Order: sequence, then C-alpha cells, then structure tokens
Amino acid sequence: MRHEVIMAGFGGQGMMLAGQLLAYAGMLEGKYVSWYPSYGPEMRGGTANCTVVVADEPVASPVVSRASAVIAMNRPSLERFEGTLAPGGVLVYNSTLIEQGPTRTDIKAVPVPANALADELGDKRVANMVVLGALLAVTGVAKPESVVASLRKTLPERRQNLIPLNEQALAKGAEAAQGAAAKA
Amino acid sequence: MSEPKLMKGNEAIAEAAIQAGCRYFFGYPITPQNELPEYMARRLPEVGGVYLQAESEVSAINMVYGAAGAGGRVMTSSSSPGISLMQEGISYLAGAELPCVLVNIVRGGPGLGGIHAAQSDYFQATKGGGHGDYRLLVLAPGSVQETVDLLQEAFDLADKYRNPVMLLGDAVLGQMMEAVRLPRDLDEPLPPPPPPESKVWATTGAVNRSRNVINSLYIEPERLEKHNWHIQEKYRRMEAEEVRYEAVQVDDAGTVVVAYGTTARIARTAVDEARRQGLKAGLFRPISLYPFPYQALREAAGRARRVLVVEMSCGQMLDDVRLAVGERCPVEFYGRPGGNIPTPQEVLDRIAGKGGEAK
Repeated sequence: MRHEVIMAGFGGQGMMLAGQLLAYAGMLEGKYVSWYPSYGPEMRGGTANCTVVVADEPVASPVVSRASAVIAMNRPSLERFEGTLAPGGVLVYNSTLIEQGPTRTDIKAVPVPANALADELGDKRVANMVVLGALLAVTGVAKPESVVASLRKTLPERRQNLIPLNEQALAKGAEAAQGAAAKA
Repeated sequence: MSEPKLMKGNEAIAEAAIQAGCRYFFGYPITPQNELPEYMARRLPEVGGVYLQAESEVSAINMVYGAAGAGGRVMTSSSSPGISLMQEGISYLAGAELPCVLVNIVRGGPGLGGIHAAQSDYFQATKGGGHGDYRLLVLAPGSVQETVDLLQEAFDLADKYRNPVMLLGDAVLGQMMEAVRLPRDLDEPLPPPPPPESKVWATTGAVNRSRNVINSLYIEPERLEKHNWHIQEKYRRMEAEEVRYEAVQVDDAGTVVVAYGTTARIARTAVDEARRQGLKAGLFRPISLYPFPYQALREAAGRARRVLVVEMSCGQMLDDVRLAVGERCPVEFYGRPGGNIPTPQEVLDRIAGKGGEAK
C-alpha cells in the first residue's frame, strides 16, 4: 500500500495542517510517512501545497511524480495538480469555490462543498477537515479515528475543546464524499 | 529510544544536537533552515545552554570558534550564502584544530540564488571551501532519521579529530516531516555534556597546568609546513577510518546510480521501479562525502555497464565519481540545478536510456 497525496489551496485554508494530521495519523497506524511542504514566499491568499506519502514500505522519494490523490481547495490548485494525478486517482475538490470540475475523465472526481459544510457546522476554519474526511472515506489512507488521535496528541490543552467539532467535520466530509460517489 | 515523533528535519537536527550534548548555538537567520535556530532558541535555555543570534554569519562562526576553543560542544547552521560568509572562520577552525558541527541546509545558487533545495555546495563542502589546505569531515544524511543518527557521530568525530564536521543537507531534508525516533524522549533528563576540562588542549583556565594556546598563525614557514603535515595526517586517518556509504542491489547491476541525500531517495524509487520493469539497476549512496567512498564505488563500477550520477546541481560529485570509476565504464550525468528536484520518473527515464545524458 502506498498513497501519494497532494493537498493544495490558498494559504490560510489549512492544507498544510491537514497534511500534517494525515501524516501523523499514518504514523500512529504504524505506516511509513513523509510530509513535504511547498514553502517560501507563500502567504495568506497565495497558494500553498504539501505532499504526503503514507506507505507500508519505507518512503523512498518524498517527491512524487504521479499522485494517487489530490485535494484542491481552490481553482488554481485544481488547474495546477489535476495533471499530476495517476489514471484512476482520486480528486477531492472544494465545490463551494470551484464551480467547474476537472476536465480529465480517467480520474475519480469527488466534489465536496467544503466551505458550505463548514459553515453549517458554524466554523469556516474546519473546511480543511471536511475535505480530509472526504479523502479518507474515498481512499482509506488512514482512519478518521487516527486523525482525531493525532489532534489529541498535537493540540495544546486549551484547544482540546475543538476536537468534537473537527470530528464532526471529518464525518460531514465523509458523508458528502459518499453522496458524490453514489451520484457518479 | 523515544516514541516515534513526526518532526521537521530542521527541528529534528536541533533536538538531536542537544541530545548529543550541544549546549552552544550561534547563528544568523536564513531560509530554508530557520526552524533549526528557532528550535534552539526555545530549547537550549531549558537545558542550561546558550543560544545567541549573532549580527551576521561572520560573527556567528567566530563565536563558534570561541566556544569550541573553550571546550564547549558547539554548533551553527545556515544555508548556502550564509555558509559562504562563514568560510574564513571555518578555515580558522580547521587551522586551529577546533571541533564543531556545521549544518548546511543547501539552497540554490550561485549568489543569493533561491530558497529551494539544491546540492550545489558539494565542492565548497568537500574540497575545503575556505583558504588553505584543509578538509571538513562531511556527512550527507538521506532521511530525517539518519540525520538524527549521524548527529551524535558528528559531534564525536569532531572531538576525535579536532576538526569541524559538516552535515550537508538540503531544503527538502530540512523542511520535510518524517517519523523519527530520538535517543531520548523530550521530557527525559539529559546526561551532562562532556566537561570542557576533558579536552586537555582547550582554554579552560590554566590552573595547575601550563597554558594552552588556540591559534592558526604560524609565521615561520618550517613550523607552518609541519602543522600542515600534521593536519593532513588526520585527513589520511579519516580516509582510512570514516568512509560511509550504502549500496543497494549493485552486485548484478548494469546501471549503478550514484546519488546522495534527498536525490538518493528519489533515485531509490527509480531504481526499485526499474527492477520491477526488468532493468538491472542499483544505487550507490555516499554518506560520507569527505572522505569519499572511492574504493567501494570503484569496485561497484567494475562490475557495471555504466554509472549514472544524479545531483541537484550541474555536476559536482560527478568529479569524485569520475575519479573513482576511471576508465572502468562510462559515467553519465543527470542534474537539476536552481532549486528543482528531479522526479523519480526523470531518473527512471535516464536509467532506461531515454531522455539523453543530461538535462
């Protein structure tokens, strides 16, 4: 098993953090993991992305030629990374901000209205957890429980109260992904 | 051993250095290694150490000289342009035979270059860098875990040879997060670092002993020549005793790929894929860049049809590979300079003989 996931969005949409949580969750499940960020002149409003590898074998290259899954939180991310998906790969995209889906037909496209669903939960900031939940549901990279366990381990004491909200966001994303899959 | 932790390379280097007894850090900020001094600034005071942000790299390296001369376990880190600024001080450290660990998280050059990963400081790291006849012992880890494992050794080797040791990483290694096991958990108490007095040559206060002098100035040619031959003798010992490398499936390989650090990881993926496709490829990964594993590579190349060097540069380690291989087989090169990272597919294409010799 080897998952190579690229997660991309505007700076501030939480893709770097979501990627770290995915890597952490994989580690807790005893997998080999790597997390590699784009970095440098990125800022709020610019684009940011990271590559997460979760595998049964030691991760050789942390740099990926062909992704098995992509999360695109905005239009520029979709345009940039659609082409790097392997045939049959999974594209989770934020359909609140991306009206027009991918052009490729040899991939599995999973539209998730991440911002709208986060708004329903009452906190815009969990849109990243919504798409992460969707990714987990479709690809099985890691269990949602492992992501929650990662949050428990990494959040400071005063932020632990946010865990139920994040759990709900993961579940909502999974639900949306299953709905999208049923429609497709 | 600690529980596995998900850590950035830069942070893991800092923690591993502290666990290896480093108590002094002097540096100046530069991307892509800033998480390292940031971690040191927070953590060193907790363990009774000293963190100081100098006003420049020139100043930082001279503080390293001072702390090393006083017998402390000391380190600095920087990235390519900053390491260039330190070269005068590094030459002095080598001349005065002072142990320290230098970390270079390499970025693209020349000049201010860029901030993305590169391996274009190989010449500078392995061939001296500053003025005079000297070498650094240069270690090039390929993963965050190996970085951690090599740091304890780096400090010990620096003390053993009384010579600066450089850890040559790159921006991928610094920025990447991987699961890592440290020698100790973060809340475990640390054993005290070796006391300065254990270094009998250090300037620890001349009480009940004769004065120690830390110096690299030998104005008489005869004495300077003698000093030069003395430090050369250390380099010959390093060449005999400190060669480190990893060889993967090279015994029956038609194509031996030679790469170090991050590039070796990418090459490893390409080599594994080549094997799946029925192409006999192997990977030779130098871990010590100085001393370079000439003999082991010579033997591996003697059995191969060709050698393919892959670097994030225009070809620097290539020279050492050519010295090792000689006329035994052709040496080809594939490089991506300027902060670009070769993909496994690009390397695989070269193994398969597609895409020409060089980018």
